[in-house]
Amino acid sequence: MNTILEINDLSVEFRLGTGTVRAVENVSMHVAAGETLAVVGESGSGKTATALSVLRLNPAPPCVYSGGEVLLDGRDVLTLSEKELRAVRGNDVAMIFQDPMTSLNPLVKVGAQLAEVLRVHQGASRAQARAAVVPALSEAGIPDPEHRAGQYPHQLSGGLRQRVMIAMALIGRPRVLIADEPTTALDVTVQAQILDLIAELGRRHGMAVLLITHDLGVVAEVADRVVVLNQGRAVETGDVMDVLTDPADDYTRALLRATPRLELP
Amino acid sequence: MTLLELRGLRKEYGGRIGQAATVAVDGVSLAVAEGETLALVGESGSGKTTLVRLLLRLTEPTAGQVLFDGGDLAGLTPARLRAVRREMQVVLQDPYSSMNPRMRVTDIVAEPLVTHDPAVRGRARRPGLRERVGGLLEAVGLPAAVQDRYPHEFSGGQRQRISIARALALEPRLLVLDEPTSALDVSVQAQVLDLLAELQRRRGLTYVFVSHNLAVVRAVADRVAVMRHGRIVEIGPAAQVFDAPGHAYTRALLDAVPDPDPRRARRRKAG
Repeated sequence: MNTILEINDLSVEFRLGTGTVRAVENVSMHVAAGETLAVVGESGSGKTATALSVLRLNPAPPCVYSGGEVLLDGRDVLTLSEKELRAVRGNDVAMIFQDPMTSLNPLVKVGAQLAEVLRVHQGASRAQARAAVVPALSEAGIPDPEHRAGQYPHQLSGGLRQRVMIAMALIGRPRVLIADEPTTALDVTVQAQILDLIAELGRRHGMAVLLITHDLGVVAEVADRVVVLNQGRAVETGDVMDVLTDPADDYTRALLRATPRLELP
Repeated sequence: MTLLELRGLRKEYGGRIGQAATVAVDGVSLAVAEGETLALVGESGSGKTTLVRLLLRLTEPTAGQVLFDGGDLAGLTPARLRAVRREMQVVLQDPYSSMNPRMRVTDIVAEPLVTHDPAVRGRARRPGLRERVGGLLEAVGLPAAVQDRYPHEFSGGQRQRISIARALALEPRLLVLDEPTSALDVSVQAQVLDLLAELQRRRGLTYVFVSHNLAVVRAVADRVAVMRHGRIVEIGPAAQVFDAPGHAYTRALLDAVPDPDPRRARRRKAG
């Protein structure tokens, strides 16, 4: 397998006035092309701090990357200059977040926001960028994409907004997609569609997908492998089938026991 | 015995000349028996929040009736309505925004007593109140001594316990739980659901449990009402609704719930 993203012994600290919080401690993981790795944990487990480290997006200060490396195609993101980082962000690695409304500009039409990605990150001409918008919306499963491109975010439902975010993330053909709780704000029927869409596009474009979630049900639906985080440490890593059906770690077992399910095992 | 009954409840919003009104709740009738848990399930826009506001009479219905213990809430004088409200309390989704950050826990939990109880009213520092608040906190699994602290000193799960203690202060018969665990981590959610079950057993409480999470509903509900577009599309005993859903929408909703068992998830995808 062709590993695109590799995190080795990553440690992330937040140095606050009141003391140092060790958010991530010696965490390692890797994701190959076309593979979906789920990072699962509860609040404070360090899953978002880990994800943001891939693009060095943790607010610094107070954040300090105190150890380890984040290798993207063999290059350590943690040692890149700001200029080199800008080339990585939006080109090699794209992110989608939980709440699409806060990630979209409410004053700019959807199509123009997508075009901006190509203009800024890939130096595309106005015409090139505009031509790419409708196919991108269409690939994200948005019906009537010509019409939607001319609308503002508030005119779209939550599910459509998240599809726009996916279109925007993928329009630059990134090699890594980081999805941080991408369906937590969505209704359950919409959630299933969005998860399927992310998994399908990941496979089709050979992307490495890093899926951050608190929901073991979501992990079981779409991930190939899973890393379980607890208080900043990776307590268990493995194939989804193995980890969720025969967990080796006490915390993973407790998490599974606490997860309500429709059918009793 | 029926504690709460809704008859032909309808609520429209807006609707000026030349403009159709939005019908948030469209002819809902149902009954909740004393001591049972009725779950109200639906996606955003299904009308479940409006229905909750109607049954607490926080919103006036366009048509229809809400009967609590046989009496129509619509015809009540303000004084009588206050008396009925003591018997129906609500716990909301977000424990962060449902308490005043500048009040101590003791005043937060005591506030319904101070507002509603004639014996306490106007005398917040009345002796005995601290003991009552301490007893309520212990009933929800918190030490009585935490009452001198402020909300920000607690985790989300602890705050939701404080919300429940406040809701229990007046010894209500009906608790409306509006997504009470949706903002909580899964291990904390399990503890709060256990607490709610224990309180119901000990106090004979009646629950209306609003949730979009069908797996949680399966764990707590005696009966389930599935809402869509302001109507109830299916209502029945939990086992029947989950195992033999009668409506296509209920089936679609159940099929969409992610299952933490990957074998089942994959089987479903394949078939």
